[in-house]
Amino acid sequence: MELADLAAAGPWGHQHLLELEKLTAAQLNTVLDLADRLNDATSGGRERLNLLKGIVVANLFFENSTRTRTSFSLAARRLGADTVDFSPSSSSLSKGETFIDTAMTIEAMGIDLVVCRHRTPGAPHLLSRHLRAGVLNAGDGTHEHPTQGLLDIYTIRRHRGRIAGLTVALVGDIRHSRVARSNIHGLVKLGARVIVCGPSTLVPQEIRQLGVEVAWNLDEILPEVDCVNLLRVQFERQRGAFFPSIAEYATLFGMNAERIRRARPELLVLAPGPINRGVELTPDVADGPHSVILDQVSNGLLIRMACLALLVRERQLQGATR
Amino acid sequence: MNSFLIKGGHVIDPASGRNEIADLLVLNGCIAAITPVGVQGPSVPPQTASVDASGLIISPGFIDLHVSLREPGHEEDECTATGTAAALAGGFTTIAAQSDTLPVVDSRSAAEFIRLQADRARHCRVVPLGAVTKAHRGEELAEIGQLVLGGAVGFSDAGHPVANAEVMRRALEYTRMFNRPILHLAIVPELAEGGVMHEGIQSTRLGLRGIPAAAQDIMTGRDLALAELTGGRIHLMCVSTRDSVNRIRLARLQGLQVTADVTPHHLLLTDDVMQSFDPMFKCTPPLRSRDHIDSLIGGLRDGTITAISSDHQPRALEKKQVELDAAPCGICGLETALSVCVKALIVPGHLSWIQLLHLLTAGPAEILGLDAGTLQIGRPADITLIDPAATWTVDSTQFRSRSRNTPFHNMQLPARIRAAIVDGEIRYQCPQSQLSTGT
Repeated sequence: MELADLAAAGPWGHQHLLELEKLTAAQLNTVLDLADRLNDATSGGRERLNLLKGIVVANLFFENSTRTRTSFSLAARRLGADTVDFSPSSSSLSKGETFIDTAMTIEAMGIDLVVCRHRTPGAPHLLSRHLRAGVLNAGDGTHEHPTQGLLDIYTIRRHRGRIAGLTVALVGDIRHSRVARSNIHGLVKLGARVIVCGPSTLVPQEIRQLGVEVAWNLDEILPEVDCVNLLRVQFERQRGAFFPSIAEYATLFGMNAERIRRARPELLVLAPGPINRGVELTPDVADGPHSVILDQVSNGLLIRMACLALLVRERQLQGATR
Repeated sequence: MNSFLIKGGHVIDPASGRNEIADLLVLNGCIAAITPVGVQGPSVPPQTASVDASGLIISPGFIDLHVSLREPGHEEDECTATGTAAALAGGFTTIAAQSDTLPVVDSRSAAEFIRLQADRARHCRVVPLGAVTKAHRGEELAEIGQLVLGGAVGFSDAGHPVANAEVMRRALEYTRMFNRPILHLAIVPELAEGGVMHEGIQSTRLGLRGIPAAAQDIMTGRDLALAELTGGRIHLMCVSTRDSVNRIRLARLQGLQVTADVTPHHLLLTDDVMQSFDPMFKCTPPLRSRDHIDSLIGGLRDGTITAISSDHQPRALEKKQVELDAAPCGICGLETALSVCVKALIVPGHLSWIQLLHLLTAGPAEILGLDAGTLQIGRPADITLIDPAATWTVDSTQFRSRSRNTPFHNMQLPARIRAAIVDGEIRYQCPQSQLSTGT
């Protein structure tokens, strides 16, 4: 497979991948279809291609992450790109350098793509205005996490063959979840029915305007649902107490064997991880037959390969690659 | 040139209701005569220069109720000389200086330093605001009496709401004996903590922490109750919500001593702009949604809100060009204030020129008890000349202010300040179009 082959991949046209809200259904499908092709071309991500030979991808993770950073690094290397990792603990951020200066310094070393994670919503957008490199949002605070949204959707599509017409419940801390927002935008555009469910303090009412239904009682919606995506309780992002105790949360919203029994037999259980065992779901559910949690991880590699390839291809079309 | 004739301009003096084409004679720095066209005026001394004001509005110099000059302590943002030059470029001939310096203006000497620096700069007039509480901590009253002796015309803890109701009660009681208002930013701190924008569908979409309208409504309600309890004078700065306007309207009908202002940016920009995640739009209170703006305009139209303040808050670029969470609030507002108001209020037909100019002159003068804001014979000539037909593109690199934190950079705006006159001295002229003068 050559980079030029991607011309036939489908509509794209983005120099940066900042949010799924800005992608059309056709562009979303371009990513998903390319992930399928890369799956075939690399035997499920295990073999290496030379699609991005000579390209340098910088991982700028201003917030801790092992899983996402590893996944991006591996995806870049599987496509033949070089990667550099940058984490703020080893940086000059502590010396008063601004976040933008840091990124511009890294870029000046000859970087094509920057994969950025930051605790502030909009931080990758800020970078995209200051850098010539393509910027890929790997999670910006409580705003979006586009590749996670894509890999969740891709996992559902691989198991069910479609998205349109399915009912997907996003369960948990919707207010603080970037994964929820990316899933909502992607799923709604591709024709799924989306229900957001969680404690009323963590499910803002106005979110209905994004085209989703709001539910506060998991047991009521469970029989209608094809997939549940169990969002992590974001202890670190909450300011103050949004629910009285973890035990109460687990009682009301935790996925356990009893709830699985009352759900549809073909229910898919997704969780973006890292999971809190015993909170969002019990270990028997996490490791049980309905769970596709580990598929999500391997699909994440394919989705990230697809996104990197599309952004590099776009840069070449626009003649921006040095 | 302290004597000259401003000829053929459209004189709008909201305090007296004058609204006609006239000549205005300045003699020895004071307004000597205003003569409508076709009327025989007093004889003009020979060799008196004349300024052609045809097509221009002759307004009393504008007055701004709260401007951060940042000196001493934050000179990276602004200093008195640059802030007062920016004021003139915005048509303001008198500004009240906020107390948010470092140290804050909670002592007589600090107030006197503000006046001293303003005298040295010789741009616009500056009257200091004193702090309500020591170091803006909201705990103990500042030396309010000493501050009055130092020239303070009102009291404010600037961006720090006086959260403790008991402290605010005592402050309102204590300031009664000096007949000076307390200018308060009415926001419940706990509801605003960590927030970067208005709470609503946009904040939900963007994943940004919102500040609900109730944060202002609740504190406004508290302040009004305390004004009723104490008989003190409360002025609510930067009103931004529908319910605040409604509560203030009701309180004024009940005869409470309450006044309010609104900023130009809260009248023009909605929370939709936060989609750009640009910290230039971050301010306190946050930019609200359209329904709130409509209520603010209603409050201006029916006299609930009697002043517009630029709420000038200069911030050095390096502080603003950071992530949204880390960026400070504030907009550098003096130099765009009039044009933004014209775009938000006059172009859509919400207010007439005389109504708008009232909010920038006589309205704020009355709130601070200043003998200014009107074109009165025998009084010092503080005058602003406006070209209402001009359009211009904001270029923040040309600001007189030391800071550039404006959301209006590169925006095309209507109406332009052509000149600002203080004490009969033309201290500012628009560099792109100088006045034509003769004798």
